[in-house]
Amino acid sequence: MDSSRFLSTSVTELKPSGIRKFFDLAASMDGVISLGVGEPDFVTSWSVREACILSLENGHTAYSANAGLIELREEISLYLDRKFHVNYEAEREVLVTVGASQALDLALRAIINPGDEVIIPEPCFVAYGPLVKLAGGIPVYVSSNSNNGFKTLPGQIEKAITQNTKAVLICSPSNPTGSMLSRKDLEKISVIIKQHDLLAISDEIYAELSYDEEFTSLASLEGMRERTITISGFSKGFAMTGWRLGFAAAPAPLLQAMLKIHQYSMMCAPTMSQHAALEALRNGEEDVQRMKTDYRRRRNYFVRSLNEAGFPCQTPGGAFYAFPSVEYTGLSSEEFAEQLLLEEKVAVVPGSVFGPSGEGFVRCSYASSLAQLEEALKRMAAFMKRRQRSGAHWKTLQDF
Amino acid sequence: MKLNEKETEVLEILEENSRLPIASISKMAGITSEEAEQIIHKLEQEKVIIDYAATIDWRKVEGHEGVTAMIDVKVAPKRGVGFDEIAERVYRFKEVQSVYLMSGAYDLSVVIEGRSMSEVARFVSEKLSTLDSVLSTTTHFILKKYKHDGRIFETGEEDKRMVVTP
Repeated sequence: MDSSRFLSTSVTELKPSGIRKFFDLAASMDGVISLGVGEPDFVTSWSVREACILSLENGHTAYSANAGLIELREEISLYLDRKFHVNYEAEREVLVTVGASQALDLALRAIINPGDEVIIPEPCFVAYGPLVKLAGGIPVYVSSNSNNGFKTLPGQIEKAITQNTKAVLICSPSNPTGSMLSRKDLEKISVIIKQHDLLAISDEIYAELSYDEEFTSLASLEGMRERTITISGFSKGFAMTGWRLGFAAAPAPLLQAMLKIHQYSMMCAPTMSQHAALEALRNGEEDVQRMKTDYRRRRNYFVRSLNEAGFPCQTPGGAFYAFPSVEYTGLSSEEFAEQLLLEEKVAVVPGSVFGPSGEGFVRCSYASSLAQLEEALKRMAAFMKRRQRSGAHWKTLQDF
Repeated sequence: MKLNEKETEVLEILEENSRLPIASISKMAGITSEEAEQIIHKLEQEKVIIDYAATIDWRKVEGHEGVTAMIDVKVAPKRGVGFDEIAERVYRFKEVQSVYLMSGAYDLSVVIEGRSMSEVARFVSEKLSTLDSVLSTTTHFILKKYKHDGRIFETGEEDKRMVVTP
C-alpha cells in the first residue's frame, strides 16, 4: 500500500530544502572542511550552561507558563528596550518560543488567511517561503542584487504589493548574504509598509552580530511598533542553537493570537532552556561582545582572502556569512558547490537554494576556526586555479 | 601610552595567537600589511609587547616533568623603597617565573619552576628564606595545571556541529 496517499496536498507540494541535499552528500564524506554551517562555532558560555545545570538540580522539570517564564519575558522586554529601543510589555506582548523558527511559524499562522500574500526579499532563509505556504499564504519573492550588496530596494517591495498583500518579511542582517539594512534603508521600507497598511515581520535573529553600524530594529521606527512582529532568539548571538529558544514581541492582539496557536501546539518552551536564557540575558553581554569581535576579525580575514583567491565578495555587515560570486568559474552555484565538495572536500551551500537571486553565489560561513578558514581558502584557490588551467571562463579581479 | 583602535586590535589579535603571519593579522584588523608591521614594530619598541611566548604543557614531554610551586612570602618592607627592593632581589633569580605584590595575609607571591621538588625546596631554603627582609615562606606545590594564562590545557570541546546546517 502506498501510504503517501494520506499526505496533505500542502506537504506533498512542498519541495525539500536544497540544503538537505547538500547535507546528505557532505555527511557521507570524511575529512570535509565545512563552511556550510549556519551556527556559531562557540560552545554556549559556561555560566549559561551552569545555569541550566542548576535549573535541573533544583528540579525545574515541569512546564512553564505557555508564554514562557514571566521573569524571562521581563528580561526579554528589558533587553529589547536596552539594546534596540523598543518597548514591549512583558505580560502580554512577549512570547517565549521553541527557537526563532517557531516564532516565525506562529506569526505567519496567526495572520494569514488563505490566499494572503507575504512579500519576501530573496535570497533568503530557506524556511520563509514554505512556512508561508504551510500557513495557507502565497510567498511573493522580491529579487535583490549583488551590485547593491543584496539590499532590498523599497521600490521593488512597492511594485510587488497587490490587494492581497498582508505582510512584508524582512531579515537583517541576512541569512545567507550577511547584508544589513541601515536605519535609512529601513525607514524607506517602513514608509511603504505604512502607506499600504501592511504588517511587517522582522526576523532579527542576527541583530547581535552587526559589525560596522548600529543595528536598527524595525519596530523602533516611527509608527512601526503597532504593525510589526519582532522575531529573535538566542541561537546566533548567544551561541545557543541546540537549546531551541527564541521569542516574539508584538502588540498584544497579534501576540495573543500567536500565543493561542502556541498553547495548542507546543505548550511551552523547554523550562531548563528558559533558565539558561535568563542567565544569558542577565550576565551574557561580555560573552556576546567577545564572540562578535572574533567574528568581525574572521569576516575581515575571510572576505579579503576570498577576493584575493578570485572569488569576488562584498563585505557583509552582519551575521557570519560571506556570499562570494562563483560566476567566473563558469559553473552554476550548485555545480560549483558539488565539485568543490567532491574535489577539495570543502562544503559550501549553493546560493540558488536561497532563491533565484542567489544563483552564481555560494554561502560560506566563517564561524569556523582561523586554521579551518585558512585551509578552506587554500583549497578553494587550488580549485579555482584548476578551473583556470582547464580553460574555463575566467576573469581576474581587475575585470570586475 | 594611549593606543588607537587599530593598535589595540592588533594587540588583541597577537595576544590570542602571536604566531599569526603579518598577512593574516592585517586582514583581520582591516589594515595593510605595512600598517600592521609598523604598529607591531612601534609596540615592540615601546615595550608594550614584551615578548612572544608559547604556553606549553610540559607534562606531555618525556623527561620534562618539572614542578611548579607558589610561595607566599612575608617580608619586612624597607624605608624609602617599600617592597620594591626585595621584590627585585627575588625576581632576579632565574628559577623565579613571576613575582606579585599581594594584599592580605602575605606580601609577595612568588612562582618557582624547578626540575624536582627537592630543587624547589633547596631554592626556598637556601636562597629565598635567607634574604634579609624575608620573614617567612609557605610553599604550595602545583599538582596539576588545568588552566594557565587564560588557556585551558585540556578542553575536550571539539566541533560537534553537523557539516551543513540552515
